[in-house]
Amino acid sequence: MTLVLTLASRNLFHDRIRLIATVVGIVFSIVLVTVQLGVFLSFERMITTMIDHAQADVWIAPAETKSFEGSALLAGRQRFQALSVNGVAEVIPIVAGYASWRKPKGGASTPIFLVGSPIGASSGSAGLRPWNVVEGRVDDLSMPDAVAIDLSYAEQLGVGEIGGTAEIGNHKARVVAITKGIRSFTTTPHVFSSLEGARAYLGVPSSMANYFMVRVAPDADVAAVRNRLAGDLSDVEVLTPAEFRQRSRTFWLFDTGAGAALLGSAILGIIVGTIIVAQTLYASTKDHLKEFATLRAIGSSRVYILKVILVQALLSAVIGFSIAGAIGLALVNATADAALPVVLTPELTLGLFALTVAMCAIAAVSAIRVVTRIDPAMVFAQ
Amino acid sequence: MTDIMIEATDIVKVLGEGAGRVNALRGINLSLPGGQLTLLMGPSGSGKTTLLSVLGCMLSPTSGTVRIRGRSTTGLDSEALARLRRENVGFVFQSYHLFPTLTAAENVRLALDVRGDRSPRARVKAEEALATVGLADKANAFPRELSGGQQQRVAIARAIVGDPSVVLADEPTAALDSENGAVVMTVLAKMAENPARALFVVTHDPRIIPFSDRILHIEDGRVVSDQRRDRRNGSILTLKYASGGAA
Repeated sequence: MTLVLTLASRNLFHDRIRLIATVVGIVFSIVLVTVQLGVFLSFERMITTMIDHAQADVWIAPAETKSFEGSALLAGRQRFQALSVNGVAEVIPIVAGYASWRKPKGGASTPIFLVGSPIGASSGSAGLRPWNVVEGRVDDLSMPDAVAIDLSYAEQLGVGEIGGTAEIGNHKARVVAITKGIRSFTTTPHVFSSLEGARAYLGVPSSMANYFMVRVAPDADVAAVRNRLAGDLSDVEVLTPAEFRQRSRTFWLFDTGAGAALLGSAILGIIVGTIIVAQTLYASTKDHLKEFATLRAIGSSRVYILKVILVQALLSAVIGFSIAGAIGLALVNATADAALPVVLTPELTLGLFALTVAMCAIAAVSAIRVVTRIDPAMVFAQ
Repeated sequence: MTDIMIEATDIVKVLGEGAGRVNALRGINLSLPGGQLTLLMGPSGSGKTTLLSVLGCMLSPTSGTVRIRGRSTTGLDSEALARLRRENVGFVFQSYHLFPTLTAAENVRLALDVRGDRSPRARVKAEEALATVGLADKANAFPRELSGGQQQRVAIARAIVGDPSVVLADEPTAALDSENGAVVMTVLAKMAENPARALFVVTHDPRIIPFSDRILHIEDGRVVSDQRRDRRNGSILTLKYASGGAA
């Protein structure tokens, strides 16, 4: 162990109260940032979950569509126009919209977001069907009044088993499949049905749809097909899945201010943490000023002293991050089945570590300013 | 004939500005040869500490030149001065200034570490330096576990471990009782037997005069007397009794 590390670590552990204050500051800050960014990430994923699970090469959406959840209707002729474009293999209509779900046995109503996609052998290979089915069968959605719900919303919907019934907009709905983990960031439950069922529940005319999912021919170039569709179809948006994801994210995360609030809280956490660490490091450096002056007097370079302070900051960061990481993991587990779980990816974990180190390094600036102005001759005065 | 380890020529140091301006040093001329223990004595406010700071390259003179082993310190920036200190000067302070969280051996090794010497040999050198001051068995003790005299001896070991040309000591016995003071001065006097090293000790303590080879008296920023002592018989030869001039 080099003496820089020895000196930094012993200075740090010598004053346990101050070390605890530093670590608490870091932990508080990093847990807050973890929760905010974890929820942000979770939010971001949920926003695009439908787009992520749809097997579309290109999306055709009504003009000025801002997100998957809010779109007008497309006319049936636009589907046929799309089908006539060179390179297009399939154009699958999707109906999606908010509806009212009345719980069984005269229960109260709750809003739902209904997604209808072609089901059955005649409907082709793709669509937007429920995934992570844990009970029942997706193909049973082709039966009249059939719907699929997610387990996490069973209580909210008043139905938690196959065969359970309710009403959607005065039409009967019968649960034939149950999924796990298809959650909505708005906390409004997602309910899946067949295309025809969704049209009936939402009152959408039979030829119309909210989206057309385009599948291109295996030998066709997706970008070229997209450009041809954009040129041939008027009053629609032709989007790649990536563009549609970005548009949905932008709308929900930034246009509504929800994401900005989460990021704002995260930034606040970083600022508070930095200030706490800066204060404790500054106070610690002031306490050890005589020692730093001695180091300077016996000929140490400024860099040597800066190393001691930075190593002290880095050690604080490692200790604080380890504890914050453990709390973060506990939060991830605790919220795994919650409406808005905290998500912690390896990239986010690495980013948080880098953030912790950066925060502590920035916090060390005030301490560094003190030692760079140190007068070695002060050792003679004491 | 021994080499001059440190030389000060026409050193003037003005501290403060305006009404608070003080002429701390008024034309000091001084040469410290190797193999000698020189005492600097004088009343409070006479300029002892200022002269020590200037000789130790911690304070730049307002005018005049300091040369360490022939190398002028004039115009050097703070990093170059720090380098000059770590390569040529060892310090012993009144209140020891040991690092409370480091052991005696680590405190000594620190003087090598700041020079970039982190070899296994550095550990051996630190232990040898501790043995030289009679503290071989205290290598793993923390300062709080040592007496004042032992702490000062650790500080001396730290000052000499890098084999400096000059050791500057500021009131090294002031915080010690006479017994410990004598032990510390015995160690310092032994260090001064090395012809390649000059020891310069600022003190108020007349009890340490018998350990010295030379005694300088300073008053109002001027060296007013320069006495050579024969350590064997204690005889004193006064070379100078004047204001300013060479010492």
